[in-house]
Amino acid sequence: MDWGAILDNVLRGLIGESFIFIGLAAMGLNLHFGYTGLLNFGQAIFMAAGAYGLSMTVVTLSVEISWFPGSFWFGCFMGVIVFPLILALIMGVPTLRLRADYLAIVTIAVAEMFRLLARSPTFDRWTGSSDGLTGFADDFYALSPFESGNRYFFNLFIGNQMFVVIVGWITLALAALLTWLLIRSPWGRVIKAIREDEDAALSLGKNVWSYKMQALILGGIFGALGGMLRAIGTQSAQPDNFITDITFFAWVALILGGAGKVGGPIIGASLLYGVLNFSDVLLRQLIRNDYIPESVMEGTQVGQVRFMLIGLGLILLAAFRPQGIFGNKEEMALDDR
Amino acid sequence: MSYRGRTIDLRRLLVGVFAALVAVLAIAAPTAAQDDGSTTVGGTLRVRNAESEDLLLEGVELTVTDADGNEIGVAVSDDKGEWELEVPGGGEYVITLGIDSLPAGVTLEEENGNVVTRTIEAGEKNGAVFRFVGEATTSISIQSVQLFVDGLKLGLIIAMCSIGLSLIYGTTGLVNFAHGEMVTFGATTAYLIHVIWHPGGFFGSLIVAALITFVLSAVAGGLFNEGVWKPLRHRGASLISALVVSIGFSILFRYIFQFFYGARTLFYTDYQLQEQISVFGLFGITPKDAILMLLSVLILVAVAYGLERTRAGKAMRAVADNRDLAESSGIDVENVIRGVWIVGSALAGLGGVFFGMTESIGWEMGFRILLLMFAGITLGGLGTAYGALLGSLIIGVFIQMSTLSIGPWPGMPPELKNVGALIVLVVILLVRPQGLLGKAERIG
Repeated sequence: MDWGAILDNVLRGLIGESFIFIGLAAMGLNLHFGYTGLLNFGQAIFMAAGAYGLSMTVVTLSVEISWFPGSFWFGCFMGVIVFPLILALIMGVPTLRLRADYLAIVTIAVAEMFRLLARSPTFDRWTGSSDGLTGFADDFYALSPFESGNRYFFNLFIGNQMFVVIVGWITLALAALLTWLLIRSPWGRVIKAIREDEDAALSLGKNVWSYKMQALILGGIFGALGGMLRAIGTQSAQPDNFITDITFFAWVALILGGAGKVGGPIIGASLLYGVLNFSDVLLRQLIRNDYIPESVMEGTQVGQVRFMLIGLGLILLAAFRPQGIFGNKEEMALDDR
Repeated sequence: MSYRGRTIDLRRLLVGVFAALVAVLAIAAPTAAQDDGSTTVGGTLRVRNAESEDLLLEGVELTVTDADGNEIGVAVSDDKGEWELEVPGGGEYVITLGIDSLPAGVTLEEENGNVVTRTIEAGEKNGAVFRFVGEATTSISIQSVQLFVDGLKLGLIIAMCSIGLSLIYGTTGLVNFAHGEMVTFGATTAYLIHVIWHPGGFFGSLIVAALITFVLSAVAGGLFNEGVWKPLRHRGASLISALVVSIGFSILFRYIFQFFYGARTLFYTDYQLQEQISVFGLFGITPKDAILMLLSVLILVAVAYGLERTRAGKAMRAVADNRDLAESSGIDVENVIRGVWIVGSALAGLGGVFFGMTESIGWEMGFRILLLMFAGITLGGLGTAYGALLGSLIIGVFIQMSTLSIGPWPGMPPELKNVGALIVLVVILLVRPQGLLGKAERIG
């Protein structure tokens, strides 16, 4: 058993790229669910919106449409603002006046719909179909102060990764700060009031629908930031990186850390990827060293165990500890309604 | 434009190019002795399209020349696709089909397949074979009928799967995201018995496997309720946490299926490769699919009858309608919920087997079908049994018919068929959120 590799992997899980991507997505879900009470089961497609907003702008839209600007920074604007805004309107307009479970159904359906559209050979010219798009992140890495050949931060990250991780940490911190400020503002008090009792908020003359929509958009933007960073980190935007199951990685992170707490999603995502990476690398080592016979499990099946753990985590958390590990039941729990 | 005007226009548009896949056939008329002793060569020119109907090729010119290149005569196929030409006697002849005279969209299988050299027997009726491939023309009305029938088949299967989803929602308020995995459970359990285990003989047949699956799905549904949902209800868990638990089970089960069956597409071994039979020349259907459709209709009628006429069915509807009122009038609500789980899961499992028979089996089939079920029951009205039925049928037909190309609409690409259903889901919530048969007060 290579305990050094296990330790490295767990550390990378606790603070590395996946933690950042899912942490941002979970922070968006926290605005949706933790503070406003919206059940968004389509956060993966907001992440995809960030990835595709950037990559399509740089790689396809600017090539196919002569007047379309194709700079990296305009791509960031498309990915962080325009694409998630459109998505939130598509999901929110039909459902935000209805009961919570309708939003759940529509978000999961819209997420699958856009993933299928992005995968389809029909739109290959725009989305690169199932191969996705590459070659849009060069302008980003040109800014990197790190040597691409060197290893940094206790030898955990190579140069480019280090740059993505540092930008990710800063983004996470800014998103957390923004959430913290918003929740203390009058706006935050209104959305929390909507979460607690929609009718009461209505009776005070608040435009509940509009507040819910704003929360949906802002949370979607956080998700899009996560997805965009992921696309930059892997230097590719691929439809199958944003399957619906990814949404529930963010959900587990959110509930684990405690919904309705500013730091909850960050702690949750960190713990989640610590545990997932630990189980991944441990299983691989056990298989490689023949502690687990091939007949029981092969190396390729480790990835499936990861998803099973997500499912199991959701079940156990929702059933037995809806307030998360550190949460208290008063502030926000899954059991509120 | 007036209604009358539109219909005429549609007729004009009728002959659309249909991308037929299989299109082999021509004259395979065997050599046969002629009564009058004359020597002829001839046959029938046909092309078979994707719906297994033979299109007869009219007005095709065939020139027959002898071995020395002297033209014997020209024949033109009639409205039955038949042609015949008398030749002076036995020997080698060359038959040349005029490519320019072929209807649009029909081509020959091989590039030089229009020239056939044939040794002709004197005093007999000789056949000559031309093989056609590629595109054949079918009118849009014929395509519509075919797609409508395909859509009904899909809709019936979605309906069978979604009744449980709708009834569970109606009686407990739970949107069970793991219902799709009951469908996968059914399809894969039958696969396990029929293909992997394959006991042979009577017990190895798919029919027996389907029956065992039906029972096992019922048991699984009952156990799922007893082991998970009943304790959750008794602890007073909120609907939202129950919803998240169901998502958790959906993911857990899905990847357990992938763990055991892999990510490949699987097929049953029985009833594969059936030939389609043509029904009144309107549409083609395999005997397997015809029987599945008939069975689905019978099962759905039985469910409807059970809901309307039996005590248990009435109790189910009563609980779905108003749980408190039903409970206070002496109905054992827990018992009813157990029944709904058992029946709904059994139907979903069997639906999975049916889906596996008409299409394929795979670890994530349930999730894909779940989204179609959502579209169906939302369209019909969430929580109503008949709404689920009606909505599912409409969704099935809509999915298939959206691939039809009419006028400026190019037809939905096959890989995007399901996207249409999801768009319907979003649109119906915009214009009529309670669905077609739902009551407005339920959605609040």
